Amino acid sequence: MSIEKKIVSQASFEKLVLQLKEEGKRIFAPVKKGTIIGFDEISSLQEMTNDYIVTKQSAKSVAFPKAEKLLSFQSTKEGVMMKDKDFNAIPEVVLIGARPCDAAGFNSLNAIFNWDTQDALYTTRFSRTTIIGISCSKSDAKCFCTSVNGNPGSTEGSDILLTLIDNGNYLAEIVTEKGTALASKYASLFEAAPEVDKEKYLANVPVAFDVDAVLKGIVSSFDNPLWVEQSLRCISCGACAFVCPTCACFDIQDITIGAEHSRKRSWDSCGFSLFTIHTSGHNPREVQSQRWRQRVMHKFAYMPDRQQIVGCVGCGRCSRACSVDMNLKEHLINLAEEIAK
Amino acid sequence: MESIRKKAKELIESNAVQLVIGYGEGSDNAVRTLFVRKPEDADKLIYDKRCVQNLAFYLMKHEVKHMGKIGIVAPLTVMRTVLQLASENQVKEANIVVLGLGADNSLLNLNSFKEIQEHIATRDLLLPEKENARITEIDGMSKEQRWDFWTDELSRCIKCYACRAACPMCYCIRCQVECNQPQWITAEATPMGNMEWHLMRAMHLAGRCVNCGECARACPLDIPINLLTYKTVLTVKDHFNVSAGTAAEMESVLSSYKIDDKENFIN
Repeated sequence: MSIEKKIVSQASFEKLVLQLKEEGKRIFAPVKKGTIIGFDEISSLQEMTNDYIVTKQSAKSVAFPKAEKLLSFQSTKEGVMMKDKDFNAIPEVVLIGARPCDAAGFNSLNAIFNWDTQDALYTTRFSRTTIIGISCSKSDAKCFCTSVNGNPGSTEGSDILLTLIDNGNYLAEIVTEKGTALASKYASLFEAAPEVDKEKYLANVPVAFDVDAVLKGIVSSFDNPLWVEQSLRCISCGACAFVCPTCACFDIQDITIGAEHSRKRSWDSCGFSLFTIHTSGHNPREVQSQRWRQRVMHKFAYMPDRQQIVGCVGCGRCSRACSVDMNLKEHLINLAEEIAK
Repeated sequence: MESIRKKAKELIESNAVQLVIGYGEGSDNAVRTLFVRKPEDADKLIYDKRCVQNLAFYLMKHEVKHMGKIGIVAPLTVMRTVLQLASENQVKEANIVVLGLGADNSLLNLNSFKEIQEHIATRDLLLPEKENARITEIDGMSKEQRWDFWTDELSRCIKCYACRAACPMCYCIRCQVECNQPQWITAEATPMGNMEWHLMRAMHLAGRCVNCGECARACPLDIPINLLTYKTVLTVKDHFNVSAGTAAEMESVLSSYKIDDKENFIN
C-alpha cells in the first residue's frame, strides 16, 4: 500500500499521547532515568526525552519481556492445578520513539517467533502493539543501519513513522493498517502535508561494508581464524544479546515462591558457556570463539537462510553495551575484508 | 609507556613469555585489551587513565591461558587480583610475569609474588573516594530507605551477568545462579530475582573482592553493584583486619576458622 503523508504538530503529538492514554492504551517511550535512557511507560509526552541516538536497551521487551510467566500451577490434595496465561490481560501498547532500527528489529523477532510453531504469547503482545517510530536526525560511530538494508528514515517495521522537520512539526508517514487505524481515529491531529524533502532531516550513516558479500561468504568463513582473534577479549557475558533488538533466545525454568509455582521464560544468550551444554557434560560450543561465531553466524547466515531476513539491524547497541570494546561494525568490516581475500 | 613496551618486547623476543596482556587503543577513543604475541605488536601497548579494565580476568580465560606463559601489564588492582587468584590456587607463579606499575604508573621491577606482596604493602588500598562517599551515604539511610534504594537500582538488572563475567574472581565453571536442581536463586530478572542474585554475588566475593570495580564498569545499565562488594571489603577489613589480594598465600576469610574469631555477631 502506498504511504500516506501527514503533518503532526508538537501540540497535536502531545494531545495524541493524552488521548491514547485516556483510551486505556499503555504508552512506552524513551525516558531518561539517571544515566540511562530506556523505554518506560509515560502518561504525557513531556516525560519523553528526544536526546538519544538509540536507547540503551532495545524496544523488544514490549513484546518479549525480560521475564515472563508462561503458566502457573499449584500442588493441592486433588492434584496439580494448572493455570494458563491470561491472554486477555495482555495490554494494548503504543510504542513511541522507536528508531527505524528498533522497528526493523521486530521484523526479525516476528520471523523467529512465527518460524515453525507460532509463539502465541509473543504474537499476541506484538499484535496489540502499535509502533510510532521516529527517524534519526543524528547517529554515532557505532551505527551501521545502512550496511544492513536499513536507513535513518526507513519506514520498515513502523506503523507510523515521524520525522522531525521545521518548527517542531513532524512529517508522519502512515505505513500500515494499524497506523491507518490510529491516524483515522485521531484524524483531526493529522494535518495535510506539503511536499517535504525528508532526506535533509535525516542523519548521515555511511555504508560500512557490503552486506551481500558478507551474506554470500560468511558460511565458508566458518573455520577462519578471525573468530578466535576477534573474541579473545570477549568476556562471555550476555550484555550484547540482551540489549539486541533481534536476539530472541530464552530459557524456561520453574520458579517456586511459597506455594505458588510458575513456569517462566527469561532472556538467554548464546554467549554463555552453559547455553549449549548437554546433559552428558559435552559442550559443542565449549570456547568463546565458537560462541562468538555462532552469534554472528545466526544473524548473517542462519536467519537469512531460514527466515529470509538479515538478523541484524545495525543499531550498534551491542557495541555500546560491551565493556571490552567488541565492536560489531568493525568485526563485520573485518569479516567482509576476509571474505574478499 | 615506553618502558612497558620495551619490557613486553624483551619478554616476547626472548620467549620468556608467549603472550603479554596489556592495554591498546580500541574504537572511538575506547581502550581494549591487547594480546601481544609478536615483538612488533608491543609498540601498540598504551597506558593512560583510560586503562582501567582488570586484565587479570584473562588469566582465567580458557583460550588465553592455554597460549603459554603470560606477561601481564598490572596496575594495582591487577597485581592484587593475581595474588588473590594465587591464594585460591588458580594461578601459578611459574606461569606468570607481572609487569607491575607503581602509584606513579612507572614500571616496577617485581620479580616474584613475594616482591609484589611487599610492594602492595606500601600502597594505599582504600576504596575510590567517590564510592566511599556513596557507601557512607547509604550507611546513613534507614533500613527501609536502603531497601528502597537497592530495589530501585537493581530493578534495572537484566541478568546479562556482565558483572560476573567481568569479575576475575567469579571463575566458577557453574555459578550457583545456574544450579537448578534444586534452584537456589530465582533465575528470572525480576526485582526479587535480581536482589537474590546480587546479594549472593556480593556474599561470594566477601573477603575476595579486590575492589577493582570491574563489575560496575561492565554493567550496561550503570547499576553501582561495586558498592555491594566494596561494602564487604570494608566489613571484612573491619572484622578480620584482612584485605584480599595482599598475599599469595592466605586463607580465605570466610571459609577458615580461627579460635580467636569474634563471635559478637551471635545474639
